Amino acid sequence: MKDSPASAPRVNWKDPQLAATLRARHARERRLKILGLLSLGAAFAMLFILLASLAASGYKAFVQTHVTMDFVISARNVNPENPEKGKYRKVIAESLQAVFPEVGRKEMRQLRKILSNGAQYMVRDAVVADPSLIGGVLRLTVPVSDPYDQLNKGEIDRTTPESNRRLSDREIAWFDRLKEAGMISTPFNKALFLNADSRFPELAGLKGALWGSFYALLVCFLLSFPLGIGAAIWLEEFAPKNRFTDIIEVNINNLAAVPSVVFGLLALAVFLGWFNLPRSAAFVGGMTLALMTLPTIIIATRAALKAVPPSIREAALGLGASRQQVVFGHVLPLAMPGILTGTIIGLAQALGETAPLLLIGMNAFITSAPESAFEPATALPTQIFIWADSPERGFAARTSAAILVLLGFLITMNLAAVILRRKFERKW
Amino acid sequence: MNQQETGAGEIKISARDVQVHYGDNHALVDVSVDISDKMVTAFIGPSGCGKSTFLRCLNRMNDTIDGCRVEGDIRLDGEDIYAPEVDPVHLRARVGMVFQKPNPFPKSIYDNVAYGPRIHGLAKNRSELDEIVEKSLRRGAIWDEVKDRLDAPGTSLSGGQQQRLCIARAIATSPEVLLMDEPCSALDPIATAQIEELIDELRRQFCVIMVTHSMQQAARVSQRTAFFHLGQLVEYGETGQIFTNPSDPRTESYITGRIG
Repeated sequence: MKDSPASAPRVNWKDPQLAATLRARHARERRLKILGLLSLGAAFAMLFILLASLAASGYKAFVQTHVTMDFVISARNVNPENPEKGKYRKVIAESLQAVFPEVGRKEMRQLRKILSNGAQYMVRDAVVADPSLIGGVLRLTVPVSDPYDQLNKGEIDRTTPESNRRLSDREIAWFDRLKEAGMISTPFNKALFLNADSRFPELAGLKGALWGSFYALLVCFLLSFPLGIGAAIWLEEFAPKNRFTDIIEVNINNLAAVPSVVFGLLALAVFLGWFNLPRSAAFVGGMTLALMTLPTIIIATRAALKAVPPSIREAALGLGASRQQVVFGHVLPLAMPGILTGTIIGLAQALGETAPLLLIGMNAFITSAPESAFEPATALPTQIFIWADSPERGFAARTSAAILVLLGFLITMNLAAVILRRKFERKW
Repeated sequence: MNQQETGAGEIKISARDVQVHYGDNHALVDVSVDISDKMVTAFIGPSGCGKSTFLRCLNRMNDTIDGCRVEGDIRLDGEDIYAPEVDPVHLRARVGMVFQKPNPFPKSIYDNVAYGPRIHGLAKNRSELDEIVEKSLRRGAIWDEVKDRLDAPGTSLSGGQQQRLCIARAIATSPEVLLMDEPCSALDPIATAQIEELIDELRRQFCVIMVTHSMQQAARVSQRTAFFHLGQLVEYGETGQIFTNPSDPRTESYITGRIG
């Protein structure tokens, strides 16, 4: 056989050996597809299990057992001159006595525990707000204490022997009487969002954590967004290519990979140790989170700047635009969708970050929401950490509920990233 | 050839002993050339011969490339454009450039053309700017196609229209020289013919210098042709003479298709 191209033998595509390789190629492709689908399915299954277990344990924290009672506000217990200093424990005891006339003084201590410890303050606040109630009757809906809430939600099994149960037969009987009288209700748990943290699960809420996270993220954004974009623009558009900028570049990439707890230690040493900034403050938390978010934003911004076609730069330069005009007039607007996506993803990461906040003391027990970024506060993830650590049964459901709230915010932020991206890409 | 037009033949750009280095690569060696005003000068040559590099020396676009060094003397109307007191930003308003791939900004047609006048402050008010935009689009031979949709994005036009928009954009700063880096290589034959016609029109007002891969295009459009090979300017002269009677054997072999 000659080697000249003209006389090369034609390939016989019907050859069974060739047909077999073709079949094998198709089979490999099918296997790859199946593997891809399987891994996708596994990922979704994990996500579903996570969400389902959180929802199963958390949904109960979104409702709260309340009791609606008539509180007798006698002038004997509450002095009209000074309603704030009234004997509200006595008001509660007397009002309960009216519902359970047979209960003696000794048992009253126990009976009073049906109502949340916060009930006396709620009655007090209502009376202070409206002193004309003194001498009359106040109908108020107050939360029951955690064990009764658990009983109402079915968490306490009535069939366990009394000695192993958190509520005695008598206590259960009292609660059942209230229920039969139609005084028990389980409305949506507004306290979860309107109250700050508390020692009592039925009163604990996320208000402080939400505000703390908001202030921390605000500070984090205000610091890391302009700094990150500025650094990225300088590195990408103006920096000379030399050893110095190479070192900076490598270090930024390294910073993005540093474990967050290290940033926490750094913040503890520098912000709290040297600068004596306030402990547990959202401002310091935001600065710490900004340290972590900066590399993320710089890397995302540089990638977005790099993705702007060089032809646009050339066009503007060719018309006599200065470097700065090219960057701010053309490159930056085109890179904005990418920058915003990177920033929001960086902030979402910061929102879920726990370790650095623990180190600067944002896991303190604080029962009022912060009114500024400089007051002690907790954040959502640290609040979850605190609640997960608490022994009371009521906190278990609240931990799951708080995680769901945190996930809700994360999903919202990621959605915002997608929407902003779409919006800016369409804009001319 | 067409020397009857006013100003034609006056020397606009004169380059002496221009050397360009990209790092260690000596990309352009001893290029000396005088380019006449109100004419189309074509730079031809095989890929990598340095013709685009030389073109980009003329408006100092090479300044923006890291590691690029330009030596020698390039004068625009007798003024050294590499002198320290010359601002490249100002120079590029006087020496406009059109690129190989049409590159309108992702803005409206109006804003594309108005961009140059705006950054250089050439219009005092909106009506003056409107006037400049209309005049530039007319001279870019695209006014009739876009006058009803000046707010449409420049990128919504066809390739040939985009390139004419880019030419109109370059004209809008009233440059004296127009540099064109293979302006038709991304276009179909019909759009190419339109652009060539436009270039022929533009030479009445500008000194046009174009790089092209197509020898037929150089022969059709230009009055002067410069042939570059391996970083050197091999031959420069009247287009007709270069194509019919080249004096250098290398030019002849390129034109007849033996090299390149």
